[in-house]
Amino acid sequence: MLKIKNLLVSLEEENKQILKGVNLTVAAGKVHTIMGPNGSGKSTLGYVLAGKSGYEVTGGTVELEGRNILEMEPEERAAAGLFLAFQYPVEIPGVGNMTFLRTAVNAQRKARGEEELSAADFLKEIRARAKALKIDADMLKRPVNMGFSGGEKKRNEILQMSMLEPKMCILDETDSGLDVDAMKLVAEGVNALRTSGRSFLVITHYQRLLNHIKPDVVHIMVDGEIVKTGGPDLALAVENNGYADILAEVA
Amino acid sequence: MARLKAKYDLAERLLASAPAGGAKWVHDARTAAAARLREMGAPHRRDEYWKYTDPSALTAATARAAVFEDPAETPPFAGLDRVRIVFVDGVYASDLSSDLSDADVVIEPLADAMEKDTHWANGLYGVLEARGQARVNRPLAALNTARAVEGFTIHVTGRARKPVSFVYIHRDATSDAMIHHVIRLEEGAEVTLLENGPVAARSNIVTEIDIPDTARFNHVRAQGRDHERLCATAIFARLGRESIFKSFTLTVNGKLTRNECVAELTGNDAIAHVAGASAGDGTYHHDDTVFITHDAVNCESRQVFKKVLRNGAAGVFQGKILVQPDAQKTDGYQISQGLLLDEDSIFQAKPELEIYADDVACSHGSTVGAIDEGMIFYLTSRGIPRREAQDMLTFAFLGEAVDEIEDETLADEIREKLAGWISRHSA
Repeated sequence: MLKIKNLLVSLEEENKQILKGVNLTVAAGKVHTIMGPNGSGKSTLGYVLAGKSGYEVTGGTVELEGRNILEMEPEERAAAGLFLAFQYPVEIPGVGNMTFLRTAVNAQRKARGEEELSAADFLKEIRARAKALKIDADMLKRPVNMGFSGGEKKRNEILQMSMLEPKMCILDETDSGLDVDAMKLVAEGVNALRTSGRSFLVITHYQRLLNHIKPDVVHIMVDGEIVKTGGPDLALAVENNGYADILAEVA
Repeated sequence: MARLKAKYDLAERLLASAPAGGAKWVHDARTAAAARLREMGAPHRRDEYWKYTDPSALTAATARAAVFEDPAETPPFAGLDRVRIVFVDGVYASDLSSDLSDADVVIEPLADAMEKDTHWANGLYGVLEARGQARVNRPLAALNTARAVEGFTIHVTGRARKPVSFVYIHRDATSDAMIHHVIRLEEGAEVTLLENGPVAARSNIVTEIDIPDTARFNHVRAQGRDHERLCATAIFARLGRESIFKSFTLTVNGKLTRNECVAELTGNDAIAHVAGASAGDGTYHHDDTVFITHDAVNCESRQVFKKVLRNGAAGVFQGKILVQPDAQKTDGYQISQGLLLDEDSIFQAKPELEIYADDVACSHGSTVGAIDEGMIFYLTSRGIPRREAQDMLTFAFLGEAVDEIEDETLADEIREKLAGWISRHSA
């Protein structure tokens, strides 16, 4: 599904290298997670995959189902099946949540040469999916993320993911700022979307999210590189002992 | 002082041809207005309130030709049940207008009213305009009072069933229009005034509105689709106790537009809301100059102005709140925002507060900026193409001013026009 080869990325503004040769392959239907200490480049990886400006890719390739996505605009990557759930979802005054989502769904359909969803069909779909995430009609009507609590914003991200039906989902610290119940709700939302054709890359600081979203593969990222890869046990080891052991081992 | 002399010489030139006819009260009002203009002189770039807007095209001897290209689209308010009053190049066209005797408000062409020895407009015509000159010179409005023969007097005695709608058609390439409306409501009366159309190559429109105790006046105006037009408007409103004045203007394109609004809150618990959404692409200069005087207790005023500018378009906002010593419990709010879609455009704002009472809440804000790249990334990351994302944000930005319109049907009319402009000027 997703193949990252020797990805080198620096900040455009200052000559600072953030990713120093990331290699990662996520197979279809698999859930991978990336853990790592603050400043290791996890969120940068998410942003670069989604096509945020301000980063310069100085080397390496990223393929989504065999297509090089680094040359694509963010909207083209989205239409190709990539989705980034933001750590800090952006508030957009004056744009209704529902309008936003319908525009997004139909823009992707159009880009893929599919027929646009009618207003009625869209409404039916979104109502069912919003209900599962405990998102009420008022939240759908309000401007995008405006006045949403931290938990509401994250559930709204999962709702978008659910409506857009991407193939490759990147979740950037979706657990941050969530209480236990909200985390469970979000995790259930994610688990409901797990299919054999859809892959996930879950970026997180903590193992606790992984109690709810069971990963197939765990990667540890340190200083812009993936230094260790293992099974779910690796996440437990981090939870118990921190990154010190791994850092010592790598060094 | 050669420059100053030019101001007064120009005032004389502007006043050269006095209109014929008119009753004594009209003659008196014109004479007084002419004296005001002679006293203050014609507007000049050196004047404080003309610093950001060059008035020379508005005072030139002849109007610069402006060929109106019919956009072949439905004008706003077309589907509404309304009393339609049509002007062609600034001249009332009765054959194109509704039957005025059918309306439940008393509507009379200004020219007819001016011939009557006694008319209620005596006591309002030029009076609110003169009051509006107290702190800031408004020479074009004085000129208008001294010279206008076109326009309407409207007397509203109850709750008007239908809105009164002025439709300004522009046909002649060099038409130069001067229009003066006088509107008087009775206590508790209510009316909605709609205005749309390009008017003329050059136009000067003054509207005086007397809104006594518990009366309500709603105003929605669309100035659009005439790229070459030059236009100066001035609204003078006087508000009584518990009265409400709400005015919204959409302006898209036009070479030069100066919209002044002067509202005086003279009765307790009155409310004045003035808002505007403006969008310009290329040779576009749009100026909102607002002056709100609080002269009674517990009144509320609100100014919300938003402008989207691109390809060298210029936006100006000069907004003032004056709170007189006895106007305690005043709630005054003012916001002006410019969204610049490129680095060639300019937005200049001059917010002013002048407060003499001690128990008031007044706030003002002014911002200017580009499209937020963080928002663009969020929208595009969901698959919305950049151009569409920018249009959504532009519409949302101006939408906050459109939301000031109370009537949802009218707000939707304006939103539709706005969406049309944005999609035509998308890039």
